[in-house]
Amino acid sequence: MLPLAGLLIRAPWTTLPERLTEPGILAALRLSLLTATLATIVCLILGVPLAWLLARTTFPGRRFVRALVTVPLVLPPVVGGVALLLVFGRRGLVGEWLDTTFGFTLPFTTTGVVVAEAFVAMPFLVISVEGALRGADSRYEEAAATLGASRWTAFRRVTLPLIAPGVAAGAVLCWARALGEFGATITFAGNFPGRTQTMPLAVYLALEQDLDAAIVLSLVLLVVSVVILATLRDKWVGVT
Amino acid sequence: MKKTFLTAVALAAVLVTTGCSSGSDDESAAPASTGSAAAGAGAATTGKVTVLAAASLTESFDKIGTLFEQLNPSAEVTFSYGGSSGLATQITSGAPADVFASASPATMKTVTDAGDTSGEPVTFVKNQLVIAVPKGNPKGITSLAALAKPEFKVALCAEAVPCGAAAKKALAAGGVTVKPVTLEQDVKSALAKVKLGEVDAALVYRTDAKAATADVDGVEFPESAQAINDYPIVALKDATNPSGASAFVAFVQTPQAQQVLADAGFQKP
Repeated sequence: MLPLAGLLIRAPWTTLPERLTEPGILAALRLSLLTATLATIVCLILGVPLAWLLARTTFPGRRFVRALVTVPLVLPPVVGGVALLLVFGRRGLVGEWLDTTFGFTLPFTTTGVVVAEAFVAMPFLVISVEGALRGADSRYEEAAATLGASRWTAFRRVTLPLIAPGVAAGAVLCWARALGEFGATITFAGNFPGRTQTMPLAVYLALEQDLDAAIVLSLVLLVVSVVILATLRDKWVGVT
Repeated sequence: MKKTFLTAVALAAVLVTTGCSSGSDDESAAPASTGSAAAGAGAATTGKVTVLAAASLTESFDKIGTLFEQLNPSAEVTFSYGGSSGLATQITSGAPADVFASASPATMKTVTDAGDTSGEPVTFVKNQLVIAVPKGNPKGITSLAALAKPEFKVALCAEAVPCGAAAKKALAAGGVTVKPVTLEQDVKSALAKVKLGEVDAALVYRTDAKAATADVDGVEFPESAQAINDYPIVALKDATNPSGASAFVAFVQTPQAQQVLADAGFQKP
């Protein structure tokens, strides 16, 4: 809480209105919200099945896979960015093939930002959902199966509603982490206003020149994320 | 008592060398004599000296630090490298450091304006831009104007940091409009994008290209003369080791240290 208070105290309140209308802020904020949301969707699509595999099935090396899932949590984000470049970069393992086959490269694009954010935020979702799945009683699924439901139907109609709060909580964590992502983004996607410059990157570069501008940007990011998280939490998780 | 004396000696050395560097260039004999005086003062330096230095000084200052420690066995130099503007912000926010070496007078000014320096900053080297391209120059980029071609991916430094400001000046001087794919937060990051092959070219300092000759070629271009960066160095007011700070600032201006800097591609001030 103290750093937050520090921001509020040092904020240039007198010049705040004119600073808020600077065009760069809106572009960076829009990009941040867009990429964080897209990254959360990517995480949901890839992360929920992965969490299900980890919680409900046994396969050789499952422990190892679970440990791998947490790697982006431990890895410094900048290192994550370098790793992404080595895989998806123009000369990377997959990136080179993408470039020669489709003429498509990820670094320095908005898609690249989404990839970087999803990479870093994924563990938050997977761990939350896996926890929820382990907490949910698998006998309900078995009961559904005895009544003739296919595995997919049982998952969709029985399991998913059971673990919905866990998925929502994971998605919120995931979104928040993606929104604050800095290291992997600046390393993998670079920094270009309107295309890959998210709020945290804008804050960092503003810090190079103008402390007040950096404080204003930080405040905007904080206020927007707190408002969105507070609203969504009531809606999704049903906590009032 | 002893400490005060040493400080005085070190300060005197700084004053002498400072006087020289602002004097005329043809006094070739003078720097040599002040050099030995500074080294003499340095020989008595003890304790830790913390130096915040621009990222482009990394290789040369590491070497100069080793030389300094050889001359002053009881001294220990620690470096923290980064974008000059970020370092300046750290200093004005009270980061504990003894010496600041910046890649531009503008960032140095933010520190002197905040009253955080002890004495006037001294320009100890100059640097200019080159076009860094992957080894062997696969895309055949030979001029600044070529960077404007849309098929080339170019990385520049963000304008907020000195290498970005210099790039802007050079591009303006050449009347070239470049659409960069990224504006990097410091010169080393821009260079890293070339090394990794993610961009076809980047405007970096000649010294950075030289430090990475294994992966990168530096293409000289005439417009860079319009955007020469002065590197000022200064001892900081809140230095925990003021005598060490002054001794290091003096040592950087000795012929021995200047040779290291020249080898790295820096120009004399």
